[in-house]
Amino acid sequence: MLFSNKPFQFTIAILVACLPLFGFANEPQDSVKTHTERRTLVTDETDHAAIKESAHEAHGGALTLGQKIDAYKAHHVLDAHDFTLFSDEETGKHFGFPLPIILWDNGLHIFSSSKFDHGNAVAESNGNYYKLGHDEKIYKTDAAGTLAGDEHHPTNAKPIDFSITKNVLSMMIVSLIMFLIFSGLAKSYSKNGGISAGFGRIFEPLVLYIRDEIAIPNIGEKHYKKYMSYLLTIFFFVWFLNIFGLTPLGINVTGNIAITAGLAIITALITNFTANKNYWKHIFWMPGVPTPMKIILAPIELLGVVIKPFSLMIRLYANIIAGHIVLMSLIALIFIFGSLIGGVLSFLLSFAISTIEILVALLQAYIFTMLSALYFGSAVEEHHHDKAHH
Amino acid sequence: MTIPRIIGAGLVVIGAGIGIGKIGGSAMDAIARQPDATGKIQTAMLIAAALIEGIGFAALFAVSEN
Repeated sequence: MLFSNKPFQFTIAILVACLPLFGFANEPQDSVKTHTERRTLVTDETDHAAIKESAHEAHGGALTLGQKIDAYKAHHVLDAHDFTLFSDEETGKHFGFPLPIILWDNGLHIFSSSKFDHGNAVAESNGNYYKLGHDEKIYKTDAAGTLAGDEHHPTNAKPIDFSITKNVLSMMIVSLIMFLIFSGLAKSYSKNGGISAGFGRIFEPLVLYIRDEIAIPNIGEKHYKKYMSYLLTIFFFVWFLNIFGLTPLGINVTGNIAITAGLAIITALITNFTANKNYWKHIFWMPGVPTPMKIILAPIELLGVVIKPFSLMIRLYANIIAGHIVLMSLIALIFIFGSLIGGVLSFLLSFAISTIEILVALLQAYIFTMLSALYFGSAVEEHHHDKAHH
Repeated sequence: MTIPRIIGAGLVVIGAGIGIGKIGGSAMDAIARQPDATGKIQTAMLIAAALIEGIGFAALFAVSEN
């Protein structure tokens, strides 16, 4: 029994906790520094110089170390149109793979993101020109690629972007992994006579935990079954994506407010559309409260319908993005100190924070599922005649 | 405009810290009195802490620069 061996488990835990360091260790070589380094290299290349110069101009020429670190952090937490794993500072070469760009701009435009050359080049598609802004958004430009207005918020027209971005790809991969694991787990029950088998069985205790400790106590024996599929999906989706965010792939999906907003909206829709009469009665005309108070409380309760999913959205987003920014700031200590002290300090601190982040990844998935179950429970709660209303 | 923001962020963290600290302390007391109910107390503690954390993050958002 190798897995019951404590030192072995401990070693594995240390290795997992060190994983994020590999991903973040590439940081100063990413786009920003590369751009500034390349500035000196490309000035004699006359053909590309004009376009590249405009890209460098936006970075404000020579950046201080603090600005570089800030810019790297800002780039890391954003979604991206290509999947860059790391890049070479010397040559300015990015290692990774491009992703498809799908735009709707009076017709469908499909091309590879390699045409953008990480924001340095103008992409042409069916006579239209597009450029990648510093905020990772695609803008419609002229052939020279001029962006009007403020460098970080250009006023150029934006086509409707359906691209398979880094986050979309990550979500697709996680969905596929979840489908394979859990359909395998489900099938093994019928094949093995009610006993789980295969890789999926390691998740069986978690599935049971969600049923017995989250769904049944919060929703109730009578109604919990119809919500189980959603609760399990949301738990494993958020958890897997949180863990993927800590791997060297450097993706930040649950730290993207659009995605947490999507998840929170689904919870809100399920809560409100499966709610019974009793739920709405407690919002608009709560029993057992004097009439003047009812008039005051109704708008507050109605506001609560919006605030509940809003807080779900902010909580997950802020926790994950804060974890990523703290980790990157700690690794930036290496470059701020520029000596052995910084390296040792940075390693120890980011090791500790990485370990905490693994806990946070699970905790946030749990909290999201728990609060969703709580809201569903309030939506289907039956009226209790025996209990007095407070 | 940076200094008021930093002070605001500090105040938010103090508030959220006091809130979560009180919850944690009370949960410790409760577990010490009723070790059998540890599971239930922990669940309630986590929910309350998560709610305060949500408010704290919302406030941090309001004071952040973007």
